[in-house]
Amino acid sequence: MTWLDRLKRKKAMDPVTAALYLVPAGVIVVVFRMVPIASAFILSFFDVKMGRIRGFVGLAQYGRLFQDPTFWSSLGTTSYYVLGVVPISLFLSLFIAVLLNQKLKGLGFYRTVYFLPVVTSLVAVSMVWKWIFHPRLGLLNYFLSLLGGGSLQWLEEPRGIFEMMAGGLGWSWWPDGLAGPSLALVAVIVVSIWRGMGYNIVIFLAGLQNIPDQYYEAARIDGANNRQVFWKVTWPLLSPTTFYVLLSTTIVSFQVFTQIYLMTGPPVGGPMGTTKVIVYYLFEKGFDAGGNMGYASAVALILFMIILSLTLLQRRIVERRVYY
Amino acid sequence: MREGTPRRKAGPGAVLPGGRETRPVSSRDRDENAGFRARRGLGRAGVYLAVWIGIVIMIVPFVWMISTSLKSPIEILSFPPTWIPTGHYLEVTEDQWIEVYVVSRDEAAGTVTVQPVESVDEPAGVPAAEGEMTVDESRVDDRIRLRFRNYVEAWNQAPFARYYFNTIFVTLFVVAGVLVTSSLAAYAFARMKFWGRDNIFVLFLSMMMVPQPVYIVPSYIILVKLGMIDTYQALIVPWIAHIFSIFLLRQHFKTIPNDLYDAAIIDGCSRFGFLWRVMLPLSKAVLVAVVIFTIVGTWNSFLWPLVMTNTPEVRPLQVGLARFSQEQGTNHELMMAAAAFSIAPLIVAYFFAQKQIIQSLATSGMKS
Repeated sequence: MTWLDRLKRKKAMDPVTAALYLVPAGVIVVVFRMVPIASAFILSFFDVKMGRIRGFVGLAQYGRLFQDPTFWSSLGTTSYYVLGVVPISLFLSLFIAVLLNQKLKGLGFYRTVYFLPVVTSLVAVSMVWKWIFHPRLGLLNYFLSLLGGGSLQWLEEPRGIFEMMAGGLGWSWWPDGLAGPSLALVAVIVVSIWRGMGYNIVIFLAGLQNIPDQYYEAARIDGANNRQVFWKVTWPLLSPTTFYVLLSTTIVSFQVFTQIYLMTGPPVGGPMGTTKVIVYYLFEKGFDAGGNMGYASAVALILFMIILSLTLLQRRIVERRVYY
Repeated sequence: MREGTPRRKAGPGAVLPGGRETRPVSSRDRDENAGFRARRGLGRAGVYLAVWIGIVIMIVPFVWMISTSLKSPIEILSFPPTWIPTGHYLEVTEDQWIEVYVVSRDEAAGTVTVQPVESVDEPAGVPAAEGEMTVDESRVDDRIRLRFRNYVEAWNQAPFARYYFNTIFVTLFVVAGVLVTSSLAAYAFARMKFWGRDNIFVLFLSMMMVPQPVYIVPSYIILVKLGMIDTYQALIVPWIAHIFSIFLLRQHFKTIPNDLYDAAIIDGCSRFGFLWRVMLPLSKAVLVAVVIFTIVGTWNSFLWPLVMTNTPEVRPLQVGLARFSQEQGTNHELMMAAAAFSIAPLIVAYFFAQKQIIQSLATSGMKS
């Protein structure tokens, strides 16, 4: 056999060899990804209790789901959470990244510190923050007292923050629908922003460093001030990065679970259910109370639809404004 | 996400895009710049201030965790809180000091009411009330007292050794599994021709977009059917194929020139030999990234093991820590000690290899 034959043989289509290389990963992906994802869809039409399929129920579970006020309130809570985390996290991390990008001395150190919470487990982070938010002995109420403020109940406060602000202004009445997220949920939002910021900062920094210096210098020579440089040069050139950060933060925020599980309650989701988010609702239905897994699958599918449509929607809206 | 991208400098006289030339810096420009720089100097202080406020906010929870973890159960209750754990000592006779708890202070009278701590080795707790005595303030001395015993106590109050072992065991297997399955699959996707290759690859990638909570319920049922619930397999097997790692490796494999492959084959190298001897050694950086985000991801994963395990024999550290936190209730010093020793390995590793870790985790997020 000449070398040419050998080469030809090795380059030819060889589905059997390829299959051998693909089998280890392929089997796992099929059994533990594809099948579960497909089954989530199918299971939502079946009555499943404690891992046993009891019968086909059609759309009945969706019907029950849409009539459950807890489901709707958990959706509302999750929306508050996402609307709280995403814009603030985006703004703060972009702000810090722009500051860090000004050729500061010790950039490596700053980046390391901002990124530190990302490496720390969410369980530990939640425990530490729960202690910081302690109504009587917590660090945060201590700082408030130093600033001359009264102490707050933080994770044990079911009242909405807008309602509390109105109360602070002396208004005795405030519409129920506009109470806003509970202070407890705001506390969880703070923790999530704190923990995720470093990641976004690193992504933004990389994006900023990809903008060539020439553009800045050209703008300066044309007499642009800092604000103009930011809005006319940095912001448009950074838009792909911003879009990515926006999308990934939104998707991750919709799946919040660990912080809620560890920081709120008992019972989890408290006070008065104001921090019960959709994934915790799913967990509770599927694994806690009687293990109603068909029902939980219906919740999972709704969650998936929301995340998917938000992804597509954001892509639609932002794509036109993203400068590539 | 490469750092240190060479920044193109456009100095005076450089040609800008569009063919315009920058003006050479004249002396007049320099004078204008001097005023500009002075204003920027002030701005620069503001920049540092803002950055440092952020740094403090990032650090304080960690400091507070360590500080709390070294306090006595009594000191936890003091408000305003102390930053440096402090023990109180009472001089009984000349140069004979015993440790006491301070019950209350009477600033006006200059006296302190204290209780002796029975014995240093005794488990934490409030001492008997009969020991209470009021003494002159000058007889009580405050010294830094770090209660490392909290760590031992927390460690012994739950099977943390077991939890630790479980997490390390699972992590090792997952990392090894991911490396093997991803290299093989990425090699097939990058180098081999077979029917439907690109479609299968796209299908794999689309799986990556589905969030874990969506498929956790059916996964549970499948693990029940396979008899894997509450075993190490439940924590290892589903995670030894990692789609994003396959993607990363495939992208990198594609950059390795075809000529190299041809040359190796002509020299009698087998397909697998080429992967093992040429491709993998050339992909060290990517493999390191894969190892890092797999370790961090497995170490910190929570929802999956929470659902899939229910006995301490296989329970990993994060779930054990969460249970400990829910059981302890008010022993904040023990909870903080447990939190501290649970994050310690990753934090220590982070300080040694922060650049690689930041890069790896930043890459692992870049899925879309």
